Amino acid sequence: MDPLVRLVDASRSVPRAGTVLHPTSFLLGRGEFAYLVGPSGSGKSTLLRLVAMADPPTSGTVETAGFSSATIRPRELPLLRRRLGVVFQDFRLLPDRTAAQNVAFALEVTGTPPGEVAERVARRLAQVGLAARGRAYPHELSGGEQQRVAIARALANDPVLLLADEPTGNLDDRAAGAIHELLADIHTLGTAVLMATHDAAQVRRAGHRLLALHEGRLHYDGTDAGAALPRATGSP
Amino acid sequence: MRLALRELWLGVRRAPLLAALGAGTMALALFAFGLFALVAVNLEASLGALEDRVEIRAFLADTIPPAAVAEAQRALASLPGVATVGYVSRDSALRRARVELEEFRDLLESTPLPASLELRLTPGARAPRQVQALAAQAEALPFVDEVRYGREWVEKLHQLRTAAGVAAALLGGAFATIALLLIGTTIRMAVLARAREIEIMRLVGATDAFIRLPYLLDGALKGLAGGVLAVALVWGVHLLAARLLVPTRYFSGWQVAAGVAAGSLLGLLGSWVSVNRHLRALWHQR
Repeated sequence: MDPLVRLVDASRSVPRAGTVLHPTSFLLGRGEFAYLVGPSGSGKSTLLRLVAMADPPTSGTVETAGFSSATIRPRELPLLRRRLGVVFQDFRLLPDRTAAQNVAFALEVTGTPPGEVAERVARRLAQVGLAARGRAYPHELSGGEQQRVAIARALANDPVLLLADEPTGNLDDRAAGAIHELLADIHTLGTAVLMATHDAAQVRRAGHRLLALHEGRLHYDGTDAGAALPRATGSP
Repeated sequence: MRLALRELWLGVRRAPLLAALGAGTMALALFAFGLFALVAVNLEASLGALEDRVEIRAFLADTIPPAAVAEAQRALASLPGVATVGYVSRDSALRRARVELEEFRDLLESTPLPASLELRLTPGARAPRQVQALAAQAEALPFVDEVRYGREWVEKLHQLRTAAGVAAALLGGAFATIALLLIGTTIRMAVLARAREIEIMRLVGATDAFIRLPYLLDGALKGLAGGVLAVALVWGVHLLAARLLVPTRYFSGWQVAAGVAAGSLLGLLGSWVSVNRHLRALWHQR
């Protein structure tokens, strides 16, 4: 079976900053879970943006969910994005809409029949443990709850791959642990997850595959946290 | 469409001042252009009225038999650029001269005046060269003794009209550019104010066409509102000018409709350009 994500010597250079990701290759299978680890500025976000095709690679190719960076046309990008869920450190919720409206927004803009929206929103909010908080506005929710809403929105269109860019970076340990558990549950249900994180303790506990970046280079791909983390995060 | 209208309404509700400012800026930009257009329309009408007086007078030989007058009239009327050909008999020429030249009344008693044909020209045939060519053609006809037209006057009028045309094009262009820039900036502000929505719409897989729709509606409606307001403001200026300065002419019905439609179209185009620029920047950023 084709992998869900395939990078072949994909690099990214930007004016002024130079090369932010050196030629990188790896595969991510369907339903797989992988952590992307490395210190700030090591290229984790750049790599996630390449996978989401938010940026084109400077060299090499990126294939995600059946689309290739070499051949994808701008008008096909929405089709790819409907197959992905993306979660950020800063949640990126619309502040003047309730939690339910934020999740519904993702369904409405992709043309979900209005009759189905309410039911699917309720299901996703229940999945992230916020069944009772649908009417709350983002400013009425804790950081952890806001991130849950963001995850519910990312899951709204039943993605095959969830990309998470430091989703626990703004949360306390307890909320962060809960988000890790939630993502693990989502993975169990069959969605592949690629998650950039700084959280060494959680990474060690989980025992998932690790892709470790340092100064824009992928220097480790495996499950040995000991080999991946010291250099990648600076943590013991 | 339902969703686009809802997003539009949400945008207005969230920032009513920005929406009003947008429509107001468009109205002011269109008002400035509308004032210029009002001056241009009135200048055009005045020049047009002057040009209506361009005529060629073909004096007929005294020996012309009455039957030949009608024939000459027909021959002149068939020339391209001739609108009407009127006949002024010797008697009516004298009567007219007595009225117009009161102080030479005694002199006119003893001086016979020739009969003539008066050629009025179509609007497109009043340039000096065309008038001259027509005059030459008229002069070549048998029984026509002499042809006169106010050559100097026709030339000056033509120069004035050309200068007015050039000035109108330059000023109109400048006003239109300023209006476009103002409208473009206004719409850009509206797009930037909702940059987060656009980013999230993209993130969850909305197509660019879907993202664009509320902004296009927004721009078109603001342009429409601005156009209506501008037309009303220019109407006010027209009334004021008519009362305090000189009677002015207002736009015709279709000109008003074209102005409002142009406002709407400008809003639509401005939105299209702004949103597209923003969407392209999102794809190429970083």
